[in-house]
Amino acid sequence: MDWALLITQLVNGLQYGILLFLLAAGLTLVFGIMDFINLAHGSFYMVGAYFCATLIQITGSFLLSVVAAFGGVFILGLLVEYLLIRRLYSFDHLYQVLATVGLILIFDTLVQLIWGVTGKSIPLPEILSGQYQIGSLVFASYRLVIISTGLLVAVGLYILIARTRLGMLIRAGASNRTMASALGVNINRLYWIVFALGVALAGLAGMLVAPISQASVGMGNQIIIVALVVVIVGGIGSVQGAFYAALIIGMIDSLGRSYLEDFMYLLMPAQNAETAAPAISAMLIYIVMAVVLVFRPEGLFPPKTR
Amino acid sequence: MKTPRRYLPDSLPGWILWGLLLLLAVGPVIIFFTGQLFYLDLVSRIMILATAAVGLNLIVGYGGMVSFGHAAYFVIGAYSVGIPAYYGFYNGFLHLGLAVGFSALFAVLTGAVSLRTRGIYFIMITLAFAQMMYFTFVSLEEYGGDDGLVILQRSRFPGIDLENDVILYYAIFAVLVLALIFAYRLVWSRFGRVIVGAMHNDRRMQSLGFDTFRYRLTCYVISGVICGIAGFFLANFSNFISPEMTDWSHSAELLLILILGGLGSMLGPVIGSFFFVLVEEWLSTFTVYWQLYFGAMLVAVVLFGRGGINGLFERWRK
Repeated sequence: MDWALLITQLVNGLQYGILLFLLAAGLTLVFGIMDFINLAHGSFYMVGAYFCATLIQITGSFLLSVVAAFGGVFILGLLVEYLLIRRLYSFDHLYQVLATVGLILIFDTLVQLIWGVTGKSIPLPEILSGQYQIGSLVFASYRLVIISTGLLVAVGLYILIARTRLGMLIRAGASNRTMASALGVNINRLYWIVFALGVALAGLAGMLVAPISQASVGMGNQIIIVALVVVIVGGIGSVQGAFYAALIIGMIDSLGRSYLEDFMYLLMPAQNAETAAPAISAMLIYIVMAVVLVFRPEGLFPPKTR
Repeated sequence: MKTPRRYLPDSLPGWILWGLLLLLAVGPVIIFFTGQLFYLDLVSRIMILATAAVGLNLIVGYGGMVSFGHAAYFVIGAYSVGIPAYYGFYNGFLHLGLAVGFSALFAVLTGAVSLRTRGIYFIMITLAFAQMMYFTFVSLEEYGGDDGLVILQRSRFPGIDLENDVILYYAIFAVLVLALIFAYRLVWSRFGRVIVGAMHNDRRMQSLGFDTFRYRLTCYVISGVICGIAGFFLANFSNFISPEMTDWSHSAELLLILILGGLGSMLGPVIGSFFFVLVEEWLSTFTVYWQLYFGAMLVAVVLFGRGGINGLFERWRK
């Protein structure tokens, strides 16, 4: 067994999982608290990346741009919720899906109009573009930046939800929104803040990805589906569940892509394994979701509610 | 038996149905005399989409099962033409048989799993299965993988030359009419009443002694097969197939068509398809950024026009 490869793949899986968590955290909160399915969540991921790319051109500082772009996406989230999303909460899921698909088209075209068809790359500052060497293993230091940022956000969200007043209101709203509003919680304002915070986290994920793969139109439209898988597997409304599920899905995807083929050589002729393995490894996470839905429809780590 | 007026008969006046069918039937003649051959293609495409929408309407409009993955059947039907054609088998009965068979098989397997879930979970799991089909066909590198496959010749039926665009048009028209008649008969049959009943109150239907799961699964399979047949025609129509056909945006398009026409309305899918494709074409003629307007239209329809065109007529009648 090649241990170096295994560790590299584990780090890849961790990094992918962390990015999925940043996307899924907001999605699961919006989903769980407002019972609203937001397919346009991935658009904020894209917009975050573009904001960051532009700000870097202006300021030249990566850190400053990330912070400012995070604020920018937050404000955009406030705006979009105010103008459109709050009208959709009471609608059937089918209509929410369609309206947010419309929103995706609007965002994709607007981004194309403003930034052009070709993608925007984000240059990394010197200190982040280096490499770490541990024994025979080499890691790009930027990977560690992504992973540690994600972990920081996870801890921050945990503190926010478990220890602060806002978090208490969020939990109250999630477990019984009618009761919470009867007790005098301004539920509309709560929704407003949660939505904007959620999409800002998605934007952050986009900013972190952009230096690796560049900001491009429609970059969020595939990964949002994977983030939805994470939300379902983790249990709708549970941030902790989203965290574990994101890591599980990230690992399964990364390890599946690198090891499934070897494993399938044991079971079938080499030629069959070669054709089947890529398909099955790409499907793996959906298979996981289908299995979870059949045996534990409420997800693996559902929020505790009464 | 008194049935809620919302479902059938449609609020659309009867003359619209007959007028539309007549227009479609003589369409090629008009197109031929005006010389606008482009419209032959356009209307063929509309009718293929309409056929698929009729299939999807059976489960979404009458069964309350919102499938967000019905584009998967496009790709199944299309590759049932493409893969045999790749090996030089052009027999139309073979293609159509494969399309029906594999659509039914896929629907039985995925339906048996997904129908155990409800609401948003059902939406997500049907989407997941469609994604699986996408990755399956992407991985088939022998048949073009990501790049898709060009079909050199259309399916061959004895006495019917689909290579002729007008004949293909009438074949699609015939299938659309058959699908409409079939759907109408099905919804009004005892079977259809059980499906509608299970949408409104599943538990009550069960307590009346109906095994609603089996009814719903059967309906799901029928719906999938109709969409698979639409996929068969889509491949023959465009002569090019690719895994992109199962992209979730296409599943969303089908749902939009249903909503535009009016959910649970017999003629809704046909009118919705016309409206959808014509607006899309019209917008794309004067701006490359037509998606912006299209997205805005989607949002507007959801906010203000959830009854669709059928709903407009309903209000107009009152």
